[in-house]
Amino acid sequence: MLNLHLVIPEILLAVSASLLLGFGVSKTKNRAPIVRLAAIVILLVYAVLGYALGSQDGEAFKGALVADSFARYIKFFIGVAAAAGLLLAGNYLEREKLDHYEFSVLTLYAVLGMSIMVASNNLLSLYIGVEMQSLALYIMAAFNRDSLRASEAGLKYFVLGALSSGLLLYGISLIYGFTGTLNFEQIAISINETGLTLGVVGGLVFLLCGLAFKISAAPFHMWTPDVYEGSPTPVTGFFAAAPKFAAIALIARLVMGPFGDITDQWQQVIIVLAAMSMFIGAIGALRQTNIKRLMAYSSIANMGFALVPLAAGTVAGIRGMLVFMTIYIITVIGIFACILQMRIRDGMVEKIGDLSGIAKTNRGMAIAMTIFMLSLMGIPPLLGFFGKLFAFLPAVQADLIWLVVLALIASVIGAFYYLRIIKTMWFDESEHEFIVPVRALSLTSAISAFLLIGLVLVPFIAKSGQNWIAIAASSLS
Amino acid sequence: MLGAIGLSHYLIVAAILFVIGVFGIFVNRKNVIVILMCVELILLAVNINFVAFSTHMGNIDGQIFALFVLTVAAAEAAVGLAILVVYFRNRGNIAVEDIDLMKG
Repeated sequence: MLNLHLVIPEILLAVSASLLLGFGVSKTKNRAPIVRLAAIVILLVYAVLGYALGSQDGEAFKGALVADSFARYIKFFIGVAAAAGLLLAGNYLEREKLDHYEFSVLTLYAVLGMSIMVASNNLLSLYIGVEMQSLALYIMAAFNRDSLRASEAGLKYFVLGALSSGLLLYGISLIYGFTGTLNFEQIAISINETGLTLGVVGGLVFLLCGLAFKISAAPFHMWTPDVYEGSPTPVTGFFAAAPKFAAIALIARLVMGPFGDITDQWQQVIIVLAAMSMFIGAIGALRQTNIKRLMAYSSIANMGFALVPLAAGTVAGIRGMLVFMTIYIITVIGIFACILQMRIRDGMVEKIGDLSGIAKTNRGMAIAMTIFMLSLMGIPPLLGFFGKLFAFLPAVQADLIWLVVLALIASVIGAFYYLRIIKTMWFDESEHEFIVPVRALSLTSAISAFLLIGLVLVPFIAKSGQNWIAIAASSLS
Repeated sequence: MLGAIGLSHYLIVAAILFVIGVFGIFVNRKNVIVILMCVELILLAVNINFVAFSTHMGNIDGQIFALFVLTVAAAEAAVGLAILVVYFRNRGNIAVEDIDLMKG
């Protein structure tokens, strides 16, 4: 009944994070680099562990956690994104005199929380996963504790995050009260038997609102720009990738699993969230001058796009969401690898104007950044185009054409600020030169830019990659 | 003679506490500590819900959930206060209206 072999990836994270926490304590030596290296290795092992152990499916802890191809797929990308985040953070933390080993340990705990989120099959494990992730992320936002900006970001994130957990919990309590169970399958059965009650619908709305905070979907987005701007840059990069994927996967599991039979009830909520996020993200980004703040609005808009296929409520929709989020995560890692290279002799700069003229001084970074921006806009040969194609197609098939039209309009508005960055880099006069970045940063941005040039990869990955995603999506139906 | 206290009475109390908590977070302009208290209020309102449903249905899950919520609330308060202390050391006060370094 316990089926411990199905949760070996989670056990690995929990045990190794606790051991590293003890190992890092040392009065004489700074053990942060060793702990970071170990954490990167552990995260990469964690990412492939589910597949390496033979892709077994089943339920562990008497139905509290589930192992299926959907969870394995998400865990793979969460693990890789978190490992990339740690790799990018190393140089930054050393230069800013922030190199404490707790950073790597907190990342491991956050990933453990996300892992429980995507594997949860029970409202209790859902809540524990969300909280475990959030508590680690609050601390990481305020990690630069001598900076007023970082501590303000941490405080804002904490207050709004705690509020969202409250909404989430209230929803859970209503669903529990009106269905009499916490288990996802039992909830679906109970809704089928007794029919829909007002309590279940109310609980569902509260639950979705609480999770919308976590993916920063409008109108629950207000913390995002401040937290993205104030947090240390590698932390922002981490926030933008892995937690978003975990939370949107959790939403997908909820709406397809326990509430799969009452599509009409949650579809409106998801549509409203998607439409508002796309436009608030696109319009809010227009007047930003700080690149991290711009990325915050960009991520709000992209979460709106990722919710469009979910609104369709079909397996094809889940597939579209997975394709879109996968490509988005690759892009975001690359962009933050570029932002971390924006360093002049006096320290980090993060104004968009600071990018002016880097096409002359730092051509490699300019080319990579141009590819990322074009991909986020959805220009055809790049993978970003296919992300949007796969995301919007299921919505068209589900007769949500007007939502897709809204999404396309928002994409066009968004193209303005992506193009502005490209124009700044290639046509403006150079202000200052960035210092030569460390190998890890330039290599990471080069790899993700290379991955996004779809034309190179399409013949190799099109078939097997799509199969992989299709299998992952089908396990939710 | 008044009727016995039933499930709906508990739910109404919990709903009122929940609304007070949510409003407290938004309306309060003075002190961050008050926000932490409001968060606590929200979590306890949810606990009342859980325990009331649980005893009403004769299902133990809700009471177990309430214990987990209490534990997480303690961890959350610890993290929240730690961040608040860090903020206070940098800013010198914890008035809500002064948390405005970043806007837009």
